[in-house]
Amino acid sequence: MDPAFLVIQGLNGLASASSLFLIASGLTLVFGVTRIVNFAHGSLTMLGAYAAALLAPLAMASLGKPLGFWTAIAVAAIAVGLLGVLIEIVLLRRIYRAPELFQLLATFALVLIIQDLVILTIGPQDVLGPRAPGLTGFVEIFGRRFPLYELFLIAVGPIVLGLLWLLLTRTRFGILVRAATQDREMVGALGVDQARLFTGTLFLGAFLAGLGGALQIPRAPANTEMDLALIAEAFVVTVIGGMGSVTGAFLAAILIGVLQAYGILIFPEITLVVVFLLMAIVLVVRPYGLLGKPEPIGAGPGAAFALTLRPWTGVENALAILGILALAAAPLLLDAYGVTVATEAVILALVAFSLHLIIGVGGLVSFGHAAWFGLGAYGAALAVKSLSIPMEAALALAPLVAGLGAALFGAFVVRLSGIYLAMLTLAVAQILYAVAFQWVEVTGGDNGIVGVWPADWASGRIVYFYLVLALAGAAILALRRIMYAPFGYALRAARDSALRAEAIGIAVRRTRWLAFALSGAAAGLAGGLWTFLKGAIDPTVLSIPVSVDALAMLLLGGAQTVIGPIVGAGLLHMMEDQTMPLTDYWRLVLGLVLLAIVLLAPRGVVGAIEALREARRDETRAAKGAPP
Amino acid sequence: MSAGTTPLLVVEGLDAAYGRARVLFDVSLEIAAGEVVALMGRNGAGKSTTLKAVLGLVPAKARRLTFLDRSIAGLAPHRIARLGLGWVPEERRIFTELTVAENLEVGRRPAPDGRAPWTPERLFALFPNLAEMRGRRADAMSGGEQQMLAIARTLMGNPSLVLLDEPSEGLAPVIVEQMADAVRAMKQEGIAVLLSEQTAAFAAAVSDRAYGLARGEIRASGTLDAVSAALAV
Ligand SMILES: Nc1ncnc2c1ncn2[C@@H]1O[C@H](COP(=O)(O)OP(=O)(O)O)[C@@H](O)[C@H]1O
Ligand SMILES: [Mg+2]
Repeated sequence: MDPAFLVIQGLNGLASASSLFLIASGLTLVFGVTRIVNFAHGSLTMLGAYAAALLAPLAMASLGKPLGFWTAIAVAAIAVGLLGVLIEIVLLRRIYRAPELFQLLATFALVLIIQDLVILTIGPQDVLGPRAPGLTGFVEIFGRRFPLYELFLIAVGPIVLGLLWLLLTRTRFGILVRAATQDREMVGALGVDQARLFTGTLFLGAFLAGLGGALQIPRAPANTEMDLALIAEAFVVTVIGGMGSVTGAFLAAILIGVLQAYGILIFPEITLVVVFLLMAIVLVVRPYGLLGKPEPIGAGPGAAFALTLRPWTGVENALAILGILALAAAPLLLDAYGVTVATEAVILALVAFSLHLIIGVGGLVSFGHAAWFGLGAYGAALAVKSLSIPMEAALALAPLVAGLGAALFGAFVVRLSGIYLAMLTLAVAQILYAVAFQWVEVTGGDNGIVGVWPADWASGRIVYFYLVLALAGAAILALRRIMYAPFGYALRAARDSALRAEAIGIAVRRTRWLAFALSGAAAGLAGGLWTFLKGAIDPTVLSIPVSVDALAMLLLGGAQTVIGPIVGAGLLHMMEDQTMPLTDYWRLVLGLVLLAIVLLAPRGVVGAIEALREARRDETRAAKGAPP
Repeated sequence: MSAGTTPLLVVEGLDAAYGRARVLFDVSLEIAAGEVVALMGRNGAGKSTTLKAVLGLVPAKARRLTFLDRSIAGLAPHRIARLGLGWVPEERRIFTELTVAENLEVGRRPAPDGRAPWTPERLFALFPNLAEMRGRRADAMSGGEQQMLAIARTLMGNPSLVLLDEPSEGLAPVIVEQMADAVRAMKQEGIAVLLSEQTAAFAAAVSDRAYGLARGEIRASGTLDAVSAALAV
């Protein structure tokens, strides 16, 4: 290969690395001080890009070209920084002590809300910004033309790193940030107002995110997909660099930027796989990232998600049987559309229930359950389309493919603690999403795979409903059995205290790994069933909203109970089915619902009912004068 | 009240618990300006919890909890600290990623009412060992040096009362002697100290009087000898 070309490619990688570093450094700083992984960080970058792209033409018209352009960049970054302050004061302050899964969900709710607000106010179309005045030209490097602006970006990374270093070592604010990253409580006990420190940190983090976005506009238009694409990459960078380490983020950004630039030459269609491989290697060698500290970050999803098992009462058994009977009779009571919705709800119940195994029982936070659902869906669709195997075999293959995928990924990540796991599961789902999108020859890209219909005998709506009910029902019952079996007990013991579980002879990692694979397989079966229901699939089955829906179902129903996720699946699906046709802004609605659950009803619907029952039981006890 | 002055810190009927496990039962004590008071008790008696409860770091309830005649019950720890209440935790909790000078900077707060503030220079005079390491990262320090840094860091906040949790624990005799000097120096500056200790040796060298804590209850108060005798049975 032409060596000049390789150099240019490396420079391209460094330019991307700079942008990536700006975004990741803000994320890692905010995490270090507040211990909150801010999902909305990518959304802040997106807002920075929009703000700059919209402002720059106006500012350049009134202030003159260069001054106007750079003013617009600065104003955009500062405005986003102030938005970060607002987010800290209004939302984050209420959830600093909440379980980490709630923190993730609350900030994810912001992602949904911001996305719809952008579409509502600016519109869904891309916004192209102006090119940077004075930096529109090219330089010649080894006889090849290289854009000046890219060269400028390459310099921005180290400059920002240097400025951050000065800020962190030479100012009181910076010293407090570093101290708080290590021990927040001690900093407070020395008289430092944490609220102000956190607000200041959010400003800094959001400012960096906004700056990263604003500096993108001469390269690429602002668009509504940036937020999730960027946050997944930023997660990978911060995890590889070590959570809370700015220098680590810099190194990781360079590694990833350069690897991707050369990865394009090797696997042009699936560059993100290279990123995944790098992540896997780093995590095997250094589980806490390049410059991270081996400290236990995040204890797990928290008690609100911990399933507590108790034998069902007679009434509950009767209710469960009634529920099953009602489902079985559903096709007789519903119209054709209703049957389809019911079929979807049953499939989603399996998705939520499979997630329940790892979160509620295993205490492992997964934010990327869509990965296994999607793997099953694509596995089934590809089996039918490319291998021409029948539906029955494809449905058997779906859980196998997803289970293997989950087992492979799980082998790298199950030893990690809560936050890392959440971030990496999200990242893997995003990577698979990107692969499905990019690898057009195999996956059909954006259009997906069409014409995957059930076998003739199962093609009737009602027959297919019963097929789904039988398979998903069997899988749910099997998972429920597992929860009550010794394996489920071991999983719960490991969740409550990994150390104690090890002490009584439970192989914690292997138990968790197996649960991860089983859960993935069950989600994969759901994905396969979904494919034949829809007759077609596209990359959205792998998208983050699918993962979040599964989490929302778990939360809405209440993850402390066995039945909660199933109730939640029914409720959420009905709700989405009702609101989606009414409003284009269902993301906004879902975001607000998520915020409401996290802030107002953390135990979910079934949890609330349980709490009521407990209260009543305590009352009767008190009335009888028995000890509590 | 040995000095007969108005009390600086008043704790009356303090109860504290970790989750469901109750740890402190009706603890009451008082400290006047400038006195050094020992809080004696075995491992697990509740000494550290008492200090943390005063600072608002563990959930607690008290009939009365005042500092400088102001109720500090329910106040955020940083607000309590800003009133002039310093805390040196048992685990020291030095910021190991920061240099010695930076550790001191984190503790810096303005001095109240025209008192001459503590500066790194004055503290380096008190702890000469620290002076040589000011630019060094704190994770390269010995246990004794970390203990000195922890005290110096708290003094940078110009407190009028320091809650000093087992300063002599696990230190070599030479270093313990330096700690005693430091406590005496604090007393000389008019700083009151509430000192938690398991053994009488260090407390005897520096304290004016003592309280005895066992299983979360105050069992004795008065002279150190009397308190030690009461706790021994
Ligand atoms: N974080 C904690 N969680 C639960 N129990 C604790 C915690 N810290 C201390 N305890 C318990 O509270 C009691 C008092 O502890 P502590 O105040 O540390 O005693 P001391 O400082 O006198 O050794 C002990 O029984 C100890 O086990
Ligand atoms: Mg103690």
